[in-house]
Amino acid sequence: MGKIEWAMWANEQALASGLIYLTGGIVGVAGQLKGWEYAAFGIAAGVFVCLLEYPRSKRAKGTNYERTGQYCFTVCVKAFGPLTSNYYVRAFLHAALCVPGGFMLATVLGCVCLGMASLIYLSAAIHGEHWQPIMPKSEPAKSVTQSIKHPPQNPPPRPPAEMRRKRAEDLESAAYVNPLPVTANE
Amino acid sequence: MGNWIVNHGLDTFILVVWMGINIFLFVHFYLFYDLGPQFFYTRQLLGSALAWARAPAAVLNFNCMLILLPVCRNLLSLIRGSFVCCGRTMRKQLDKNLSFHKLVAYMIALMTAVHTVAHLLNVEWFINSRHGRYGFLAGNLSALEDDEDDHETFLNPVQSDSTTPTIFAFTTIAGLTGVVITLALILIITSSMEVIRRSYFEVFWYTHHLFIVFFAGLVFHGYGRIVRSQVTTDPPHNTTFCKDQPENWGKIPECPIPQFAGGFPQTWMWVIGPMVIYLCERLLRFVRYLQTVRYKKIVMHPSKVLELQLLKSGFKMDVGQYVFLNCPEISELEWHPFTMTSAPEEDFFTVHIRSAGDWTDRLIKMVENLPEGTLICQNGPFGTASEDVFDYEVSMLVGAGIGVTPFASILKSIWYKFKDSNPKLRTRKIYFYWLCRETHAFEWFADLLQVLEKEMEERGMRDFLIYKLYLTGWDHTHAAQVMVNFDKDTDVITGLKQKTHYGRPNWDKEFEQVRHENPSSVVGTFLCGPPALATDLERRCVKYSDVDPRKTKFYFNKENF
Repeated sequence: MGKIEWAMWANEQALASGLIYLTGGIVGVAGQLKGWEYAAFGIAAGVFVCLLEYPRSKRAKGTNYERTGQYCFTVCVKAFGPLTSNYYVRAFLHAALCVPGGFMLATVLGCVCLGMASLIYLSAAIHGEHWQPIMPKSEPAKSVTQSIKHPPQNPPPRPPAEMRRKRAEDLESAAYVNPLPVTANE
Repeated sequence: MGNWIVNHGLDTFILVVWMGINIFLFVHFYLFYDLGPQFFYTRQLLGSALAWARAPAAVLNFNCMLILLPVCRNLLSLIRGSFVCCGRTMRKQLDKNLSFHKLVAYMIALMTAVHTVAHLLNVEWFINSRHGRYGFLAGNLSALEDDEDDHETFLNPVQSDSTTPTIFAFTTIAGLTGVVITLALILIITSSMEVIRRSYFEVFWYTHHLFIVFFAGLVFHGYGRIVRSQVTTDPPHNTTFCKDQPENWGKIPECPIPQFAGGFPQTWMWVIGPMVIYLCERLLRFVRYLQTVRYKKIVMHPSKVLELQLLKSGFKMDVGQYVFLNCPEISELEWHPFTMTSAPEEDFFTVHIRSAGDWTDRLIKMVENLPEGTLICQNGPFGTASEDVFDYEVSMLVGAGIGVTPFASILKSIWYKFKDSNPKLRTRKIYFYWLCRETHAFEWFADLLQVLEKEMEERGMRDFLIYKLYLTGWDHTHAAQVMVNFDKDTDVITGLKQKTHYGRPNWDKEFEQVRHENPSSVVGTFLCGPPALATDLERRCVKYSDVDPRKTKFYFNKENF
């Protein structure tokens, strides 16, 4: 299979699992189903997973597609350093979080999906991937390139003004033409 | 408003019909289960939750039937062929097959969510009824068991007092299949997200095959027949009278023990047709895969573009179609689409393959080392919008970068049709716009344009094909070179008589020009390029079109893979 970054898929799966865990938890609590304590845990775990997984990692190769407004989440997740950037930790964390969901039907789907996400993250970790924050690029100052179209800085070399003045006796060789006829100073 | 109708009318109509059917199914089945007298006793146990589960189930049946159809490419090609008589608007709809597939998928996901939540509540309430938490009537109903001697049939599928929802889910056919197919659906959806699809197509493609698990589970989902309805008994059981005295059931003549039967599973009736069609589609693709492909010529162009001229017996193509290529030595299971750059009039087919990823890189490297070529398999051809280009009196063809490839096929085909004076050619005028970032990608295409240029001059038809080349990645060195070679007859970059333009085209000016030169014509605009450009052109097609048949009308067609 091509050069796949497993973490990208694990991230999508984990985010979806978080939402499903959360939804199952809400149904369990709102419907006052038996075992609603597990559902309440599901809500908390679901929210936590969604917050953790929302910011996408920077890809090792290729363009990064950020999720809308993920920058503040990136900053929070980045603050935890190796706890969040190491995928072994994430795989283990998701595996641990999903277990209580298995005790109640409403959250069992969230449990299985999060378990799958944990496995994909394990694969990502084994392949040496890790989470990197996508930071906004600071634009380097645009250097003005050498253009051949620079306007000249100096006037072209000319003989001194004395020599440039039109002489009455030598009108033909003059460098310019007067708009009005000129007669010599009498 | 008129312009919008011309360009989007049929799409919107189809969407409205589809949504209408969905809403009708939902409401109809909701009322059927919520008001139907045969479910009166069921509602005593579950309230409206049964209706809330069965209504999305009906919508799911309908949409699962639809979802396989838009991806039967060969079937669609067949329909396109038979719609030759029925107008290009109908055929344009078939281009939007992938969008429709995604829309149906979203509906399936949404309805699955509603269905699952409703059934979660149902299971819980069935168990609570069994434990007598909902009153006397519910308790009695739940106590009914399948008993031949007492002439009893059960209503509540929860038959044990010690079961839990989880156990119930995993020990019934409906529960087990439900969990499995929902899991398959979730995996399919997460691997189909745009990011994954665009960057790691294999993950998307292989995971998507979980749809086989999905459909298998779906067909068997209702086999347990645990949705029960009351059947008429002789003498009849009057629910209004008898519901208040369950202790007398079977003891008084007006109230015999109520009998129940499970609903006949219906999903298979909805999905069997499309499943068979899709199976035929995959078989056809496999059969085509088995036929051998031979090399006619291999050309390695500079700028890392590989041209393959291939032969396959019985191969027939139309302009602008694409094929899937597979190289077993690189990867057994990877198929990559490439637009053909040869014309149907030629007896071989050509693809130009640019280095754009692992598979293409390896193929190019392999061909460089093996000049006689490696084993290659082909599937297709599959149709796209370009086939319609000859039907329009005037065509605007826009190709961005490597997106020019379908138009290479079209231009070649024009050349052949011209030479044969083919009456099928309705086109009077073609405007061709090629947008490219860098110059060296021009090379293999410049030859074609040069030949066409010469051909047209010889026949005195210089304004049949008007082409404009736009170099969007120019810098000051280009400008310098152009300034120096300003007076030359041919373009300094391409060697063509038509000068290269720099920067992006001013589309308003271009559309104005086309409209001005072709009043009262129907103009087809074809694009193969980035989505941003597509929205731009589509907007302009709508803007410059006029519903008045005496004025110019622009139709927009987009290629996509």
